[in-house]
Amino acid sequence: MQKFTTLTGVAAPMPTPNIDTDRIIPARFLKTIKRTGLGKSVFNDVRYNPDGSEKPDFVLNQPAYRKAQILVAGDNFGCGSSREHAPWALLDFGIRCVISTSFADIFYNNCFKNGVLPIRLPKEQVDLLMDDAKRGANAVVSIDLEKQEIKGPDGGTIKFDVEPFRKHCLLNGLDDIGLTLQKGAEIDGFESKQKSNQPWLHTARA
Amino acid sequence: MTKPRTLFDKVWDNHLVDKRDDGTCLLYIDRHLVHEVTSPQALEGLRTAGRKVRRPDATLAVPDHNVPTTPRSQGIDDPESALQIETLEKNCAEFGVPIIGMNDIRQGIVHIIGPEQGFTLPGMTIVCGDSHTSTHGAFGSLAFGIGTSEVEHVLATQTLIQRPAKNMRVTVDGALSPGVGAKDMVLAIIGTIGTAGGTGHVIEYAGEAVRALSMEGRMTVCNMSIEGGARAGLIAPDDVTFEYIKGRPMAPKAGAWEQAVTYWRTLPSDPGAIYDKEITLRAAEIPPVLTWGTSPEDVVPITGHVPDPSTVEDADKRASMERQLSYMGLKAGMAMQDVKIDTVFIGSCTNGRIEDMRAVAAIAKGRKVAAGIRALVVPGSGLVKQQAEEEGLDRILIEAGFDWREPSCSMCLAMNADKLKPGERCASTSNRNFEGRQGPGGRTHLLSPAMAAAAAIKGRFADVREFMS
Ligand code: SF4
Repeated sequence: MQKFTTLTGVAAPMPTPNIDTDRIIPARFLKTIKRTGLGKSVFNDVRYNPDGSEKPDFVLNQPAYRKAQILVAGDNFGCGSSREHAPWALLDFGIRCVISTSFADIFYNNCFKNGVLPIRLPKEQVDLLMDDAKRGANAVVSIDLEKQEIKGPDGGTIKFDVEPFRKHCLLNGLDDIGLTLQKGAEIDGFESKQKSNQPWLHTARA
Repeated sequence: MTKPRTLFDKVWDNHLVDKRDDGTCLLYIDRHLVHEVTSPQALEGLRTAGRKVRRPDATLAVPDHNVPTTPRSQGIDDPESALQIETLEKNCAEFGVPIIGMNDIRQGIVHIIGPEQGFTLPGMTIVCGDSHTSTHGAFGSLAFGIGTSEVEHVLATQTLIQRPAKNMRVTVDGALSPGVGAKDMVLAIIGTIGTAGGTGHVIEYAGEAVRALSMEGRMTVCNMSIEGGARAGLIAPDDVTFEYIKGRPMAPKAGAWEQAVTYWRTLPSDPGAIYDKEITLRAAEIPPVLTWGTSPEDVVPITGHVPDPSTVEDADKRASMERQLSYMGLKAGMAMQDVKIDTVFIGSCTNGRIEDMRAVAAIAKGRKVAAGIRALVVPGSGLVKQQAEEEGLDRILIEAGFDWREPSCSMCLAMNADKLKPGERCASTSNRNFEGRQGPGGRTHLLSPAMAAAAAIKGRFADVREFMS
């Protein structure tokens, strides 16, 4: 997994609440068996007309935001389907950080597994960053994960929370599976205890 | 004295392998369901790292999302869909994972076949790379959707790194009125709590109206927990649960059965257990409902009207509502019963079970689908289809003008050939009315199977109670 330490980039405003993962990447693009290449289809149905031309009013089609690396989004971002294709598509487009008042649980979790940092902030602070983001290419925002700080275009600083374990993994680009496999003895121990207490969980297969 | 615990607390505690000082837990996973869309990258990851599947015996794969609803002998036209299904088959063979293949009579939607096969049992932890894994919570198991990286993690380690959720209880008191079912109940709950109402929580459904539901109805309710923002939904196991499980192919057999039931009876929440959030609804106040907008929380009674954005104060919310109405092609103040439809979709992991087929047939019997309406019935599994045919439901439906199809996710998410065209309006028994969910530009209204059947017959939304004598 790609590390996340610091990021400085353009922030794009997406104030609509409840942006679901079907909107981020519609189901017909999930037929891939790879993780990469989804960036061109991210937000497909709101980004392109049926003939494939761009919808000029969609934020990421506007010159100022074509290279955005940060999204400032409305409430409950990433709700709906568990598809990890949503953070894959955002990442493939170049988005490394999403800021909102709230995220759906699975999407939030999926971001951390892919080096994308989701940041939850109180409404007043998201509103401030949303106003900053609406200022186009001047909307450069810096994020420092180690310090847990966001710096806005005018130099104001906002602190954010992140769970220590997730922060550690993201800062170091750690693979969860490797870490868990170090707990092999504990997993074996749990399994053998379960086998004797609840044997049907280990035998009942047709 | 030990602290009273909820059903969720008990299942959680019983699966803890390890706990870090910061509260991060390693949770053991009893059952892992796998489908073709969210697994290829996970298995590719295992292969690259030279890892194995730790417990193939606790894993079960089935293709469903891309499977066509035309006869299996016709194969799959779309090469990408075909490749994804082939990849699943190859991966299962390579890693020794049991699979119910596309041509197996038991094939169906992953959340229908788990319970049907007795793979899903009370008190378990169950995961799948699919948000509607919450369905299995109807058995009193902790069941939730995960992303593909976590699918890989479970395949390799049979565990997940998690933090405990908060407890929320939704109680539905009293009895549901005639014409009102599990789907109306869960839509009414989501309409009340909102799509983020359960975020960070696991919802336990309780109360007389929930207890009175069949297992099929309980699955419908738990299925849509995710639409209320909750990671999982749970219902305490009882005799209705045990009756449903007994004798299923993968259920515990004699000897083990008694031992299992004794354990399952210890699972319901202790009296006095504390919930972080509590909501109570009165069943008698729930009418037949449907959605008007593009979020599952946009619920109105069938006797209601399209809401008016000009009454909304918050500017962002008003703008979003206006956008929804324009996408849905609706005008503020219209009576829902005046809204005409083009398509009816009956199926999905929300409403693709035998009871749903019966509910549709009961309304359809001796009636006709309105002229020009395309009405698809897609059973949730081959076994549901077979049972419906044994009961003669297929004949009733076909005579009424419904299209009786082969099992698949189908028009729930339009990955196979069943899609809405832009602007088409659908009465759908599925769980998501997001923009484009049933095909780009398609307009989805969520409702119960009985209401969908009533809409098919009238050609517009209709009050199912008018069809009951
Ligand atoms: S029926 Fe729909 S919601 Fe259920 S698993 Fe299939 S696509 Fe997902």
